[in-house]
Amino acid sequence: MTRSTLFALAAAGLVSAACSGRESKGTPDSAASSPSPASASSGGVDLTGAGATFPYPIYQKWIADYTAKTGIKINYQAIGSGGGIRQLTEGTVDFAGSDAPMTDDEMSKAKGGPILHIPTVLGAVVLTYNVPDLTQPLNLSGDVIADIFLGKITKWNDSRLASVNPGAKLPAKDILVVHRAEASGTTYIFSDYLTAVSPAWSSGPGKSKELKWPIGLGGRGNDGVSGQVKQTPGTIGYVELAYANQNKLPVARVKNAAGQFVAPTIESITAAAGGAADKLPPNTDYRVSIVNAPGGQAYPISSFTWLLVYQRQADPAKGKKLVDFIRWALTDGEGSAAALDYAPLPRAVSKQLLDKLASIQAGTAS
Amino acid sequence: MSEAARPLVTTRPDDTGIAARIEGSAIGDSVYRWMTTAFALSIPILLFFIALEVGAAAWPALKAFGFGFLTSSEWDPPHSVFGAAPAIYGTIISSIIALIIATPLALGVAIFLSEFAPSWLRQPVAFFVDLLAAIPSVVYGLWGIFVLQPLLREHVMPFLAGLPLIGQSALFEGPAYGPSMLGAGLILAIMVLPFISAVSREVLMAVPRSQREAALALGATKWEMIADAVVPYARSGIIGGVILGLGRALGETMAVTMLIGNVHKISASLFAPGYTMASLIANEFAEATGDLHLSALMAVGAVLFAVTLIVNALARWLVWRVSREARS
Repeated sequence: MTRSTLFALAAAGLVSAACSGRESKGTPDSAASSPSPASASSGGVDLTGAGATFPYPIYQKWIADYTAKTGIKINYQAIGSGGGIRQLTEGTVDFAGSDAPMTDDEMSKAKGGPILHIPTVLGAVVLTYNVPDLTQPLNLSGDVIADIFLGKITKWNDSRLASVNPGAKLPAKDILVVHRAEASGTTYIFSDYLTAVSPAWSSGPGKSKELKWPIGLGGRGNDGVSGQVKQTPGTIGYVELAYANQNKLPVARVKNAAGQFVAPTIESITAAAGGAADKLPPNTDYRVSIVNAPGGQAYPISSFTWLLVYQRQADPAKGKKLVDFIRWALTDGEGSAAALDYAPLPRAVSKQLLDKLASIQAGTAS
Repeated sequence: MSEAARPLVTTRPDDTGIAARIEGSAIGDSVYRWMTTAFALSIPILLFFIALEVGAAAWPALKAFGFGFLTSSEWDPPHSVFGAAPAIYGTIISSIIALIIATPLALGVAIFLSEFAPSWLRQPVAFFVDLLAAIPSVVYGLWGIFVLQPLLREHVMPFLAGLPLIGQSALFEGPAYGPSMLGAGLILAIMVLPFISAVSREVLMAVPRSQREAALALGATKWEMIADAVVPYARSGIIGGVILGLGRALGETMAVTMLIGNVHKISASLFAPGYTMASLIANEFAEATGDLHLSALMAVGAVLFAVTLIVNALARWLVWRVSREARS
């Protein structure tokens, strides 16, 4: 009796496991909500994402921690913001990462309907330079940076550079600008800032993931840019803060909206986010720029980085896994941000976002 | 003994047995023939489909910009304006610089190895020259950034700019930073050298001994023998080797990308940065989002494809003409 009951149970279990394996698309979340060792060891990946390289280290950390905790397998490929948006638009990934918000035009092309922008952490773009004999950190203001990258300031001992760097020993050398050779979220953040602070930049190159640069050399990736800067005296370029910190690059202090020269740190980025968060409208879609944020301590070239997800999830089981992961990232995950040189979201913002997550629904767009 | 062996030889004395055996090998032959034919044809077919695919993807950009795509220097992704002239120019110029530097060096190495080197030296030197071809491109790029570029900036460029007369010319104008057409050409020269020298060496070694002996018998010095009897005999092969090197220089991507500066600008100065078609595609393709941008990059690929084809056709023609001259 007992033996046959056990056998029947085992058989039923096998059948249901087989069914949920085969029809995971149709059946709702019974299998997804309780990730069993069986589903984890099946070798498949539960969620796939692709996009920005900038948040890749923190996303890797989150994914590793989350997989260890729940058994849900997630694969994120750092192929660049543009590539991530393209893949999400085509529906080949479950979520994308981007350092630049999608434009209305890009959103309208997405095959799966409306897309939500979910800020995850904050980062900063920093100016790194190679000026021999300069002993103190370089100070820069927005208009000076813009004019250097426009080719209007061409010498390190230009009077405008000297005026923001009192007492500094600036050589009479040519300035060589290094920028990204490929489209990049980093370029977007940097040009977003320059557009905000310089009318000449705004009417010239403007803001975009890639630009028609008036001057300078192109380097591929943060390493391409920093490689040229390190090797060539007289250069200036821009890279992500996390990259600059890990490679011990010299970084400039930048004058913020309050007139203070601020070094890029976790604290000064968080201050920028705090200043900007206060001004967010209640019904924001989070496609907001926080460059040149108010506040005496705010580092002005700061930005959110976003996860992009479809508001309507065609596959409810996957949708639930995705929402669970993001909720975990925005709560427990934020704790590991600072150790990896990212600033965590201000608490007020992450609280609002958790409510926003509830708006992700099952069903198809049409 | 011989009686016992006999049945083995004449197992099937009748005609049918022999016929069966011939038929069997005929089937094998025809299968073999068809298979090799299929293999051989698959390459041109593949090439055709690649060309078709690249051409189709490039069509929107070529249609939008027409001939101007080849002549315009405007590369402005945000405004979807694309002209590939700087990349085409950079590809050709950097390859020419590479050949100008590499050809005499490679030929010198080949002549030394085939005519002068003692046998104990020949193998090791040939081995190390060939080894240059085995170094990954990205390693050349890193070496270029960390060694070649500072060397150029601090010594070579100031020296060139300081030369009388040509130092003041447009060739050596502008500030010497390092990332430049000259740097890209130099790294390419080192990369194509083993190809040219390996082919030239083989060709020179294949020159018949009688050719050398005849020249010496006529009273030629060693120099005259090499210059008048050996090298002309091997000329078509050497040209083939140079063209092989050129083909490689045209398509080289990684090392050039790391050294050329990646700037969409045509500049007469060798000190100025530039761009090549291969590095343009490598840099921008993965991150290109606009449809026209992708198409423009495919069009650059198509142009590179066409340039390579033309160069190869030219090489064939050159080799054919030289060998015909040699025969008559």
